[in-house]
Amino acid sequence: MDTEVILSYLPRYIEAFFLTIRIGFIGIGISLVLGVIVAFLIHFRIPVLGKIAGVYIELFRNTPLLVQLFFLYFGLPKIGISIPANVCGALGLGLLGGSYMAEGFRSGLDSVPASQTESALALGMTRKQLFINVILPEAFALSVPATVANVIFLLKETSVFSAISLMDLMFTAKDLIGLYYNTTEALCMLVAFYIIMLVPVSVIGNIVEKKVRFKMLGA
Amino acid sequence: MGFEVLFKGNNLIRLFEGLLAALRISFISVIISIFCGLIVGTLMTQENRVIRVITRGYLEFIRIMPQMVLLFIVYFGTTKALGINMSAETSSIIVFSLWGTAEMADLVRGALTSIPAIQYESSYSLGLTSAQTYVYVIIPQIIRRMLPLSINLITRMIKTTSLVMMIGIVEVLKVGQQIIEANRKSSPNAAFGVFATIFFLYFIVCWPISLLSKYLEKKWEN
Repeated sequence: MDTEVILSYLPRYIEAFFLTIRIGFIGIGISLVLGVIVAFLIHFRIPVLGKIAGVYIELFRNTPLLVQLFFLYFGLPKIGISIPANVCGALGLGLLGGSYMAEGFRSGLDSVPASQTESALALGMTRKQLFINVILPEAFALSVPATVANVIFLLKETSVFSAISLMDLMFTAKDLIGLYYNTTEALCMLVAFYIIMLVPVSVIGNIVEKKVRFKMLGA
Repeated sequence: MGFEVLFKGNNLIRLFEGLLAALRISFISVIISIFCGLIVGTLMTQENRVIRVITRGYLEFIRIMPQMVLLFIVYFGTTKALGINMSAETSSIIVFSLWGTAEMADLVRGALTSIPAIQYESSYSLGLTSAQTYVYVIIPQIIRRMLPLSINLITRMIKTTSLVMMIGIVEVLKVGQQIIEANRKSSPNAAFGVFATIFFLYFIVCWPISLLSKYLEKKWEN
């Protein structure tokens, strides 16, 4: 290992690190919004849209992100829809994540015990009050572990971005190995940067999980 | 739309062969992972501190690293560091087995620790021997808890094998790219048709397995 090599690579890695984080978190943001909408569509059995949401979940949960990105980035321009690589990355990650998040939220909504609904109605709450004050908070607490796991999963999936020539961490490592053959240094820095990115998320996720588990009622 | 290119020559057959190449890697890795996962998972429930620290460290490292990084470490890193020349296919089987074993071991550990002590105590008090307790009481419950999740892990491994094209294995995506390149002049829109087909192929492979996992999970809920 050569410290000089590591220092000279550092600026490129830092730049790639922030690009990965930026696109990763935009993608995760999209997936959260999409996941909530899709979960509601399915939970309330909205006609037509609920069915479409179901098809969307199955399609995106059962195909790899790499294939989805290739379709978005190389396939769609052929029918006149051109999307730049960074938008494509965030969108692909958002679409993939949306299907996973929706599944997590939906099972959270479904696993609120029926006795909660019955008790709330017996106490004279309206349907709206029941949903906002009872079902939503409990469903949220129930779906936190799945959401945390999904966020980490999606951050890991960002490593696929290099395939559509986004200059992320993976792309940088591959590029440097190809250019200078300092394989060991390039790979060690790659691992180090992924640890810097993922370990804090994992630790924060664990703390949040413990907090909401403590607050959960009747379970 | 670019679908016509699939019916030229033996393009469709080549795509299927590419898919089979990817599926073969996942299949071998799944078998190794189930076998090693059962052993590592059982080790993780042992009282021994050293074993626990080692297995825990292995699990955490493998799970926090993107599979693509692991592929690069094994394919480029070990060859450089140890001077071994390994084929891309061997490295990918090593990586997916290491990853699958970690995931499988965690499932086994979870299932083993989720069986309450009262199950053992009740069967002993009913006069069952230790072997009978395991065969008739514990193992059936463990299988019910583990099987749906393990089947789900298989679909995850199939999806992840699409990454092997990044270290130069000719699988379905690579074949797709070759077909698109070869027909650049005659059908310039081939990329849409070919990648849509590959998307659909992966779906056809993974969807039934996901459905089976969901079905078993529902059936054995209680």
